Amino acid sequence: MEELDGEPVVTSIPGVNSKKKQMCFDWGPGEMLVCETSFSKQGKSETVPGCPFIFIIRKDIDVYSQILRKLFNESHGIFVGLQRMEEDLTGKSRKAQLVRVSKNYRSVIRACMEEMHQVAIAAKDPASGHQFSSQISILSAMELIWNLCEILFIEVAPAGPLLLHLLDWVRLHVCEVDSLLADVLGSESPSRHESFWKLVTILVLQGRLDEARQMLSKEADANPTSAGMCRTLGDLMRTMPILSVCGSGPSAASWEVGSFRKHAGSVCRRPLTASAPQPGNTQTLTELELKWQHWHEECERHLQDGTFAPSPHLESLCKIMLGDEAALLEQKELLSNWYHFLVTRLLYSHPTVKPIDLHFYAQSSLDLFLGGESSPEPLDNILMAAFEFDIHQVIKECSIALSNWWFVAHLTDLLDHCKLLQSHNLYFGSNMREFLLLEYASGLFAHHSLWQLGVDYFDHCPELGRVSLEMHIERIPLSTEQKALKVLRICEQRQMTEQVRSICKILAMKAVRNNRLGSALSWSIRAKDAAFATLVSDRFLRDYCERGCFSDLDLIDNLGPAMMLSDRLTFLGKYREFHRLYGDKRFVDAASLLLSLMTSQIAPRSFWMTLLTDALPLLEQKQVIFSADQTYELLRCLEDLTSGRPAHGEPDPLQLQDDDIETTKVEMLRLSLARNLARAIVKEGSLEGS
Amino acid sequence: MEEIYAKFVSQKISKTRWRPVPSGSLQTAETFATGSWDNEENYVSLWSIGDLGNLDSDGGFEGDHQLLCGSRHYGDVMDLQFFDQERIVAASSTGCVTVFLHHPNNQTLTACQQWATAHYHTGPGSPSWSCAPCTGVVCNNPEIVTVGEDGRINLFRVDHKEAVRTIDNADSSTLHAVTFLRTPEILTVNSIGQLKIWDFRQQGNEPSQILSLTGDRVPLHCVDRHPNQQHVVATGGQDGMLSIWDVRQGTMPVSLLKAHEAEMWEVHFHPSNPDHLFTCSEDGSLWHWDASTDVPEKSSLFHQGGRNSTFLSHSISNQASVHQSLISSWLSTDPAKDRIEITSLLPNRTLSVNSLDVLGPCLVCGTDAEAIYVTRQLFS
Repeated sequence: MEELDGEPVVTSIPGVNSKKKQMCFDWGPGEMLVCETSFSKQGKSETVPGCPFIFIIRKDIDVYSQILRKLFNESHGIFVGLQRMEEDLTGKSRKAQLVRVSKNYRSVIRACMEEMHQVAIAAKDPASGHQFSSQISILSAMELIWNLCEILFIEVAPAGPLLLHLLDWVRLHVCEVDSLLADVLGSESPSRHESFWKLVTILVLQGRLDEARQMLSKEADANPTSAGMCRTLGDLMRTMPILSVCGSGPSAASWEVGSFRKHAGSVCRRPLTASAPQPGNTQTLTELELKWQHWHEECERHLQDGTFAPSPHLESLCKIMLGDEAALLEQKELLSNWYHFLVTRLLYSHPTVKPIDLHFYAQSSLDLFLGGESSPEPLDNILMAAFEFDIHQVIKECSIALSNWWFVAHLTDLLDHCKLLQSHNLYFGSNMREFLLLEYASGLFAHHSLWQLGVDYFDHCPELGRVSLEMHIERIPLSTEQKALKVLRICEQRQMTEQVRSICKILAMKAVRNNRLGSALSWSIRAKDAAFATLVSDRFLRDYCERGCFSDLDLIDNLGPAMMLSDRLTFLGKYREFHRLYGDKRFVDAASLLLSLMTSQIAPRSFWMTLLTDALPLLEQKQVIFSADQTYELLRCLEDLTSGRPAHGEPDPLQLQDDDIETTKVEMLRLSLARNLARAIVKEGSLEGS
Repeated sequence: MEEIYAKFVSQKISKTRWRPVPSGSLQTAETFATGSWDNEENYVSLWSIGDLGNLDSDGGFEGDHQLLCGSRHYGDVMDLQFFDQERIVAASSTGCVTVFLHHPNNQTLTACQQWATAHYHTGPGSPSWSCAPCTGVVCNNPEIVTVGEDGRINLFRVDHKEAVRTIDNADSSTLHAVTFLRTPEILTVNSIGQLKIWDFRQQGNEPSQILSLTGDRVPLHCVDRHPNQQHVVATGGQDGMLSIWDVRQGTMPVSLLKAHEAEMWEVHFHPSNPDHLFTCSEDGSLWHWDASTDVPEKSSLFHQGGRNSTFLSHSISNQASVHQSLISSWLSTDPAKDRIEITSLLPNRTLSVNSLDVLGPCLVCGTDAEAIYVTRQLFS
């Protein structure tokens, strides 16, 4: 066993007093049952009534959120698409596919956030509003982590582009600046706006130098004394060498995210377009480093010359652009978190940082930023683990910190498709991907409606998926036949014969209880359940004996090959056929069918008397129907039946009366048979003679 | 297909129905109703695809359908039909049939009439009683016909508290769907592959005609009648097969077309363009069957519309097989120029598509993946 990764969370159940009474529990697939026992703490049985309830403890409560249901449903489609992704896809195209899948997942998270945000605003009572905003912060953390994992593990950006990706990442998640920008630009004179310098600083911190330059030119227009300095700083901004980016500039990325969800739904969704910069042919990393060094020196010179000394704002901007740590830390408020600090620091001091060096800068940025004042939070630890390229640590920390399995299950699955997790096996059989998927799917199955989604997740767990599905699918309540058909379809597609049988049996039993014999028979035929078909056929025959007519003819007349399922069912079908032949006045056919039912032993013995009685009207027809041979057969059947009777010791009066009727019947039959035999012999003899 | 809008709605959708447009008006469909199933709380909801004039500030949702109003519904919504412009009839898995009234003024939906025990089981030989799901409903003002798992057929009149006519034990198996053939005749399909015609003028509880698939007794799940040629009927079965029947002759289907891979839940002729047929299935697909004659001038029109390039972008070419025996009409047996073009309308397979409805150029469908899809350019 491994050691625990943290204190287990205590869930207190209202109404259960665990201090006084002992509790008992039982595990279910996705939930737990808890109740009070009648034993006290000291182990003595008490008669004092305890809490009369049994509690259901669910572990994955996020499954029950209305808005997150959309996340589950929409991501289910992406998940299934990912599993179908062709294995033979290799190299670039495979990576591009995986990045697209990753972006799709993220856009679903963002859509949920957006909706949650709207609902939180509209929420009337503060409690639910608070609940929604805490959900939003969880979703936004998930997206933040996912995005970083995408850059580091899926995109695997090399030095150079790596920083551009990280910049996009920070811009995407520290986005208050856009509303501020609109606010400032919308005012009468932007440069006199109280937040003007704050805005410019944020823009510089985020590396949005084009926009910062435009802002500076506004300041230059409004304030001629500082125009020169503004122009100089603007020139520095303009000349800062950056990796040439094909296609989309930095602002394009943020625009995409702002409006990517024109049409909710997976069909019209424009995925977050990759602003993945590829190192251009014209520019090598060394070239860039050289240029950058040169530019850096120029900035340094301006600072030392005191070019910006008259304006503290401009001077501090210049210091930021030099990557001065003290100047950066002064802007702690605006940076808002350590990873923003990290990225800004890298941008202005190590623009060509290699992935392998990231963790070093990350750790020192975290330490510098927190400055020993506070300890890192779970989110910080997760991001740090990502910067250290420790995937397992990321997933582990996320599993502990997040309230649902959705995130880790889907992220792990995606990373597994990137072939990053192969070597890691857990000590209990399945690998980590499968373990997390099983947990998530079990949570879905515990939900009243989401169980259908769980099926596909189980399908893609090669080791334990099938048994888990078998276990869960049997627990789905079958409220209507339509629902039962859906469950049946799931089982039939997967050749789960045992489950198919059990579902059909449940439905057949239900139908019998509801007096729907026709339905019951249909279900047992579908299950190929011979024993049950026999049982239902017996019910049909009993009803016939009682009422003298058949019910559900539409079914019995159309049994077709299904009739062969059980002997009794065959008999039922054939017996009904006899009635039809008789009704159509095809007496000869009817007679031989009747006889064959007895001689072939298909008819249950208890039914022979009825069959023989059915022969009576045929025996009494004007023309001879049973031949002499057939009549002998009938006689033998009758004798078999009467001689086989067990002798009764002390017959009770009712039995005697029954026996009386029976004796009369037998007498009548014997008489008819004898007369028929006589007529048949005469007829056959005269036919032979002529 | 130019644009198909999807919206996730956090409930599994069992039925979708367009509100009928007043006859003779030039309006296009803009409101539809949905019913949910298998949720802890189920709802009948009304949605609008029209512009409501209150778009989001960023105008981001202009193509989306918006919820107008909804009403709690006890049990799964098994079937849903518009009775008229304002009233919707819902069939419940509790055996209850409810008429909902839509008040457009304050956008509310309220139950205005209910037959609580329209369908029920009676236990063997005892007075015990349990509800039976009502599986299908069809309306023809003022009449409402319902069928259920109890094999019962009810004829209601919207202003009567009691059923006008009930046929107990009409079917020994489950009745899955019902439609009007011509008043007062109805058509039912059941779980042993039979199509039965009932005439309410006849007393007794025997159907006036039984048609059936041969041998295999494959359950039939849905039925629709050709809007103009009333003897032409389409049904969909458990094996995903589409059957076309001519109820005037024979007891067997005229043609059997291999279609979906799992249960076909609904089949609909296009109401005003009946050479087009739509089916949806448990396998998560939604298909458009086009049996219109392939005459040259028409196909050139299609080319002008750029249809072949865009519309068929998702067409499943291997399945768009040429079916013999059908031309302009679904019954035609001229093998020379017949073809049915089949287009798959949903881009990627999801969970079961439970229901669809077509009206004019608009189509709506609902799925178990809790999404509602709408397109307004069916023939663009």
